[in-house]
Amino acid sequence: MSTAQKVSGPPAPVPGIASALVWGAGQLINRQAGKAAFFFAFFALLIGWEMGTGNYYAGMDYDARGNGGFFVKGLWGLFTLGTQPRQMTVTGLTDGDNSIVLMANGLIALLTLALLAIMWIWSIRDAVAYRRKLNDGAPRETSLAYFKRVWEGAFAYIVLSPGLVLIVFMSVLPVLFGILVAFTDYNRDNLPPKNLVNWVGFENFATIFAVPSWTATFIGVLGWTFVWAILATATTYAAGFVQAVLLANRKVKFPRVWRSVFLLPWAVPGIVSALVFRAMFNGQFGPVSQWLVDVGLTDERIYWFTDPSHPNLARAVALLVNLWLGFPFFMALVGGVLTNIPDSYYEAARMDGAGPLQQLRHITFPVVHRTVSPLLILAFVSNFNNFGVIYFLTQGGPDNADYRFAGSTDLLITWLFNLTLDNRLYNIGAVMSMLIFVIVGTISVWNLNRSKAIREL
Amino acid sequence: MTATYEATERARAARRRRHRGPRGERVASAFLHLELLVVAIIVIFPLMWIVGASFSPGTGLANASPIPEDATLDHYVSLFTETDYGRWYLNSLYVATLNMVGSVVLSALCGYVFSRIKFKGRKAGLLGILILQMFPTFLTAIAVYMLFLNFGLLDSLTGLALVSIAAALPYNTWLMKGYTDNLPASLDEAAAIDGASRWTIFVKIVLPLMRPMLTFVAITQFTMPWMDFILPALLLQSPEKQTVALGLFAMIEDVYQNAFTTFAAGAVILAVPITVLYIVLQRYLVTGASAGAEKG
Repeated sequence: MSTAQKVSGPPAPVPGIASALVWGAGQLINRQAGKAAFFFAFFALLIGWEMGTGNYYAGMDYDARGNGGFFVKGLWGLFTLGTQPRQMTVTGLTDGDNSIVLMANGLIALLTLALLAIMWIWSIRDAVAYRRKLNDGAPRETSLAYFKRVWEGAFAYIVLSPGLVLIVFMSVLPVLFGILVAFTDYNRDNLPPKNLVNWVGFENFATIFAVPSWTATFIGVLGWTFVWAILATATTYAAGFVQAVLLANRKVKFPRVWRSVFLLPWAVPGIVSALVFRAMFNGQFGPVSQWLVDVGLTDERIYWFTDPSHPNLARAVALLVNLWLGFPFFMALVGGVLTNIPDSYYEAARMDGAGPLQQLRHITFPVVHRTVSPLLILAFVSNFNNFGVIYFLTQGGPDNADYRFAGSTDLLITWLFNLTLDNRLYNIGAVMSMLIFVIVGTISVWNLNRSKAIREL
Repeated sequence: MTATYEATERARAARRRRHRGPRGERVASAFLHLELLVVAIIVIFPLMWIVGASFSPGTGLANASPIPEDATLDHYVSLFTETDYGRWYLNSLYVATLNMVGSVVLSALCGYVFSRIKFKGRKAGLLGILILQMFPTFLTAIAVYMLFLNFGLLDSLTGLALVSIAAALPYNTWLMKGYTDNLPASLDEAAAIDGASRWTIFVKIVLPLMRPMLTFVAITQFTMPWMDFILPALLLQSPEKQTVALGLFAMIEDVYQNAFTTFAAGAVILAVPITVLYIVLQRYLVTGASAGAEKG
């Protein structure tokens, strides 16, 4: 009995293969009934779900469209996007396939399968690992003890699960869906349930990069978006910096009152301020045009956002309004940094004979910039996607005859909004979303790489 | 002669620079305050104009003036009697409250777990969060719209709140995780040795320490739905389900509708509580925003 420690049994891969074929079978070979039942329950769920939702008693002719259950029909739908269009027959309209519903169901089936696949892999690995341990002479462990051990380690997963479920169905699923739509012809000319949607490969990407009017719009809007994001970030930062430095001056009386006043544009909801400026700069009735005429600076009213011959005027005004909206945030940030610079720095500089400007250039600015620079990237990204200011202020105007569905001040994101909501070009919109993500993602990854965030994971 | 004259002149100028007389100080101070005053006027004028417009008699844009002569409260009355403003306000309040509660609870839980517990998949989870927060909200918004459209789920305020919570969850979790990382771990270790469960440690020890970040997430998530436009514009359709932002935008979009002063009244009612909240809690908001940058 000296070899009693060594349990005789099949080599480790055998239960693994068994579990791969029928979930839990390997555990049964390992004589762990509890675990076997646990894994088999998921297997039964998968088969039962498919059988219950499908139509498997109908006879010998089997096809995925007519007989498939949730998973088979789901995957079939995802692959084909439907085969039967809606038709007019003697008895009226037939029910055709709704491509988009099929695609969404297919995605849900795919995600569910992916989650079940985790259970499958778990069962195989567990069967192999346990058998290997047994063969190496480790003592047996009851299923109950195993689950107790797992349960104690599962606090993290239990607490995370509500958030995870929400994110999978409200963020991950839509993101995947959006990516898929970019490869279809889903648009206003091809709306289900009337028509079938088809996979078109990279045709939409080709449209944006090969059809001249689309390419011109894309390049033009992209260029302006970059100019806007750079200028908007630079101007708000510069103005906020100057204002913070001036406020930090000891000569200023009632600094807290001034500070609170300057913070107002940041505190007032952005949509309200933008709409107020839209009214102020209204060409026909707005007070700014009226005032310029009254003072005699201009002969007639200026149509700030609607005059196609002056696109740069609209752009400049948009940047100024954004400056009004954006400088207080940087002022508050820089102000916070300024209070943390020790006075001894400045005293030392004064002893060395540095004037106020030199102190500003060699002490204040470098210290502030080091702290604020990661935020500049974030500010750049948020300006890149600054829907609020442009959409509420100019709505993309003035019109640009060379552009497709875009005006002279349209950013990529407002153009995308127009394409999707007003023009129902869902496929082109999806391509645009992906392009914006690639641009923004590249900048963010670059920024993350510079910071410690990734290494700290 | 001229050389010595110049030398003494230069010396005098240098002395003047070193001991700036009270006169120079006063001039510098005056210029400083002049600049502050000009900026303050630029900042305040548009706000005063809209407040003035809300009290101005007449209905059109042309009638608006910063200091109306015959101030009237008519527009505030008609806002609640002739438009659905009250309905919109309650809708926004509902979405905002749900969004705030859901975001704070979920992000605090997830942030705590990611910060303090080592588990399989933690690294992958954090990487996933980082990638998801890079996805612009509108990308998911448009896909959510297409999904909801085809499943008949559009036009639900609760659905809007759920989408908003999910959209902001990765970023909020990241903030909470970063904040919890900086809290001393010795306290929870001591409690764990005394036999406290993880849940007790979270509720009794970590949660109270997270208060500044909880406040930050609560304010930002409460105020967000009042100003958000894209998501509600996509997901809400029927007139009785509109939010304040949608209603106000519709009101101003048509200048010929002659509802500008009513719009002004609505804008003031929307802006005042949020503005007060921001000014009072500015410290929390600024530190919270910079904490987000430090952590990525």
